[in-house]
Amino acid sequence: MRRRNERSKSAVRPWVLLGVILAAAVVLVITFPSRGQATRAASGRFLVEMAAVLPAAMILMGLFAVWVSNDTVTKYLGQASGAKGIAFALLLGAMPSGPLYVAFPMAAALLKKGARVSNVVVLLSAWACISIPQELVELQFLGAKFMAARLVLTIAAVVSMGLVIERLVAPRLTS
Amino acid sequence: MGLTAILINVLALGCLAAAFFKDRTRCLHALAIAAKSFLKVLPMALTVVVLVGLLLGFVPESLISRTIGRGSGLVGILIAAAVGAVLYIPSIVAFPLAGSLVKSGASVGAVAAFITTLTMVGLVTLPLEVEMLGKRLALSRNAMSLVLAVAIALIMAVIL
Repeated sequence: MRRRNERSKSAVRPWVLLGVILAAAVVLVITFPSRGQATRAASGRFLVEMAAVLPAAMILMGLFAVWVSNDTVTKYLGQASGAKGIAFALLLGAMPSGPLYVAFPMAAALLKKGARVSNVVVLLSAWACISIPQELVELQFLGAKFMAARLVLTIAAVVSMGLVIERLVAPRLTS
Repeated sequence: MGLTAILINVLALGCLAAAFFKDRTRCLHALAIAAKSFLKVLPMALTVVVLVGLLLGFVPESLISRTIGRGSGLVGILIAAAVGAVLYIPSIVAFPLAGSLVKSGASVGAVAAFITTLTMVGLVTLPLEVEMLGKRLALSRNAMSLVLAVAIALIMAVIL
């Protein structure tokens, strides 16, 4: 019961935040009418652009969640090692996935099953910052050069981070 | 509608059609998950819509370019990285915000730092991460992500 309450509370909070910010915006626009036009125009334009991409991104995510179960991920990533493991973790992370906290239980299960720490860190980081719909949205709002440069640099960062953290963490985990 | 918006919608519809012919019940299940996550990000997305309006309507461009603009250098990048690490908004919703920041004078490096820490560093979810993955792994991952995000931002500021 209590758990249920907590869940409904966390579902309501973003709406409350939206209400507060919307109210603040209305007050601001009424107080400074000269800024109203620019504010409404910018919000309207972004509403349209967001509506054009958000549902599609969600559909891709839903399809991935149903077709590739957490168990499948755990099974394959737990076995793969070396460069293959890292490549596989990158690829999985790049699939249209949900927010990062969804990946924590999966990462914990992987560690328990004895997966390489580097694979788990690469999976987590790629999950967080590389995904196909996300890259497309980045392309739309920030341009091809920005998207491509950030993608290449992020992949390099994520892989090197996985390898370094494995060195830092692994001896303590196993001993 | 931009080319990207068309591309992502075509991709989604194509996958959806393939899924529908392969397995109808699983396809419907996927759609239910999609609807649920859509409702979950909706308030956040609308909040960002209002914030972008306020940002472009009220915050003078001179202020943006002074704090996180080209001239702000490393300090601007660090400010943007810190804001991104603290904030908790879905990245897909953050790109329009980032785009409008660039248009109003923010530097490429600062915006890259903001997006990268936003996705890779999660101060809000850090307690959860520590609980599930252990202190050592969670803390080193977040700390290194923060450092690497600043490095990525600096490189991008130089090459773009």
